Amino acid sequence: MSREKALNAALLAGLLAIPLWAWAADEPFTITLATRVAILALAGVGLNIALGLGGLVSLGHAAFFGVGGYAMGILASHAQTYTPLMEWPLTIEGTNVMPVIWIVAILTSALAALLIGALSLRTSGVYFIMITLAFGQMFYFFSISWPAYGGEDGLSIYVRNGFPGLNTLDPIQFFAICFTLLGAALWVNARLAKSAFGLALNAARQTPQRVETIGLSPFRLRLTAFVISGAITGLAGALFADLNRFVSPTMFSWQTSGEIMIFIILGGVGRLFGPVAGAALFITLEHFLGGLSEFWHIYLGLLLLLVVLFARGGLIGLIAGRQVAHE
Amino acid sequence: MTVLLFIEQVLNGLQFGVMLFLMAAGLTLVFGVMGLINLAHGSLYMVGAFAAAAVAGATGSFVLALMAALAAAAAAGAIVELAVIRRLYDRDHLDQVLATFALILIFSEGTRYLFGSFPLFLDIPDYLSGPVTLPGGIQYPAYRLAIIVIGLAIAAGLFWLISRTRLGIRIRAGESDREMIAALGVDISKLYTVVFALGAALAGLAGALVGALQSVQVGMGEPVLILAFVVIVIGGIGSIKGALIGALMVGLTDTLGGILLPAMFRLFMENSAAQSTGSALASMLIYILMAMVLVWRPQGLFGARA
Repeated sequence: MSREKALNAALLAGLLAIPLWAWAADEPFTITLATRVAILALAGVGLNIALGLGGLVSLGHAAFFGVGGYAMGILASHAQTYTPLMEWPLTIEGTNVMPVIWIVAILTSALAALLIGALSLRTSGVYFIMITLAFGQMFYFFSISWPAYGGEDGLSIYVRNGFPGLNTLDPIQFFAICFTLLGAALWVNARLAKSAFGLALNAARQTPQRVETIGLSPFRLRLTAFVISGAITGLAGALFADLNRFVSPTMFSWQTSGEIMIFIILGGVGRLFGPVAGAALFITLEHFLGGLSEFWHIYLGLLLLLVVLFARGGLIGLIAGRQVAHE
Repeated sequence: MTVLLFIEQVLNGLQFGVMLFLMAAGLTLVFGVMGLINLAHGSLYMVGAFAAAAVAGATGSFVLALMAALAAAAAAGAIVELAVIRRLYDRDHLDQVLATFALILIFSEGTRYLFGSFPLFLDIPDYLSGPVTLPGGIQYPAYRLAIIVIGLAIAAGLFWLISRTRLGIRIRAGESDREMIAALGVDISKLYTVVFALGAALAGLAGALVGALQSVQVGMGEPVLILAFVVIVIGGIGSIKGALIGALMVGLTDTLGGILLPAMFRLFMENSAAQSTGSALASMLIYILMAMVLVWRPQGLFGARA
């Protein structure tokens, strides 16, 4: 395990060092790439709580990513046009203050996760995969056919939302925000894994009958994990929307769900830093292979196939040895 | 809304449902027999459509195009099964999801590489291009009617195959106990390849038939795949009967919802608001249907196990 810890520290240091170097060398594009890694890793950390700790293979996390994104888009677009979000029964104004947007994104995506989870967790296994995928698609089609916030065209926000005391338009400061939130989510994930809740959840993944025998409800444990997981992915969605200053139904698409899952697998399932390693690898591949060939998804597909068939521990498993924290 | 328009929409819903059945039947067979969740089933649908468009473009014959779709999708299915899928049977669902997701990436980008990003078009043959007059004076496109007939015929054939033939007996035996039928001397891995290729051929046929109604393009398979998942969840995994009934329910709900909901909202809202609210809600209708079935019967209408 100590090798994994060293690797984790190296990953975190690398993710911090590269944008700092880019800042010194005046390469804002590299900072943006690192910001993307941090945000996508955050989305992956969210899914990893359901997938790694809870064993819940959710193929619908794009729903929460998108809800977070649209929470930001809707609030900021109302702030941009100075129109209230609603006037009755109480007046709600739009906002462009990041912490407020984050709270709204977390709450709305948690609510979405509660609804989807309460229905989907009635089933398990392959049903659960198909149902989460289908609910994700439901949000996708709804966002396309609901014209109020841009419909299929999406919604552009002209100025990045603000954070008190910081200039978020400066790439390195925005990166710092995203990196800090990623660190906080990783800390939450690590604490959760060691807490009584995390241990019970882990036990419910392995043998639900035993957990039930000692008086805990696997359904409730899983639903709690699913809600926490959705909330973190929703926060990542809000940040992602802020990075691009644009939200569109693509955030809800099933490919997004698949990609968030790819981060975890490339990095290593059940590893705390799996999503970080995976997102970093994904963005690196996208950047370099995408530059080489327009059809880089073929190579991504082949790589993914090789990892699934032959290197099941992912990147972290390859470097730090195959034994997983819990299996 | 007139009765004629309503009947026409019911027929459209049937046609859509029959197409979904061709997709869902393969998926549910593969899951029932091999316990495999195959996300790449939509890619086989796409392979069928592209094969049909290419052959129709070269020869001008629609029948040849359909045969090419069947053959190409079955061949692609068999190759994929031999190369990748058979390594996944004893893996968990997460590995299956990821490996078949990887296959989607490879198939989609490979097709884009071969055929380009622009959609191809597959023409409806002349003898099916006009409308037919149904009893009651309803004019309905002959091609769509042909799809309904072909789909129902295939459904009947599939029921016959499963319940009456030796292959069907083996498939059902493989579903309930794979060690036992292997011990009885059935080559189980060959059986798996055959079942997978059969499901692939059905998907390819569906792709070719729909390809003449819509355009043939990369990524056309995945929306249909997800609808086929909804069908299977409603019908119950592993049940062909469930797939048929689920497919017709989803097809009718989706088609009629798109027409009826905006009309219903128009009764008490102004026109454009009714249109947007109605169509937004209609786009969610089949998922709401799925949620209701789940609350009532988590294992699906005809599912044996949850």
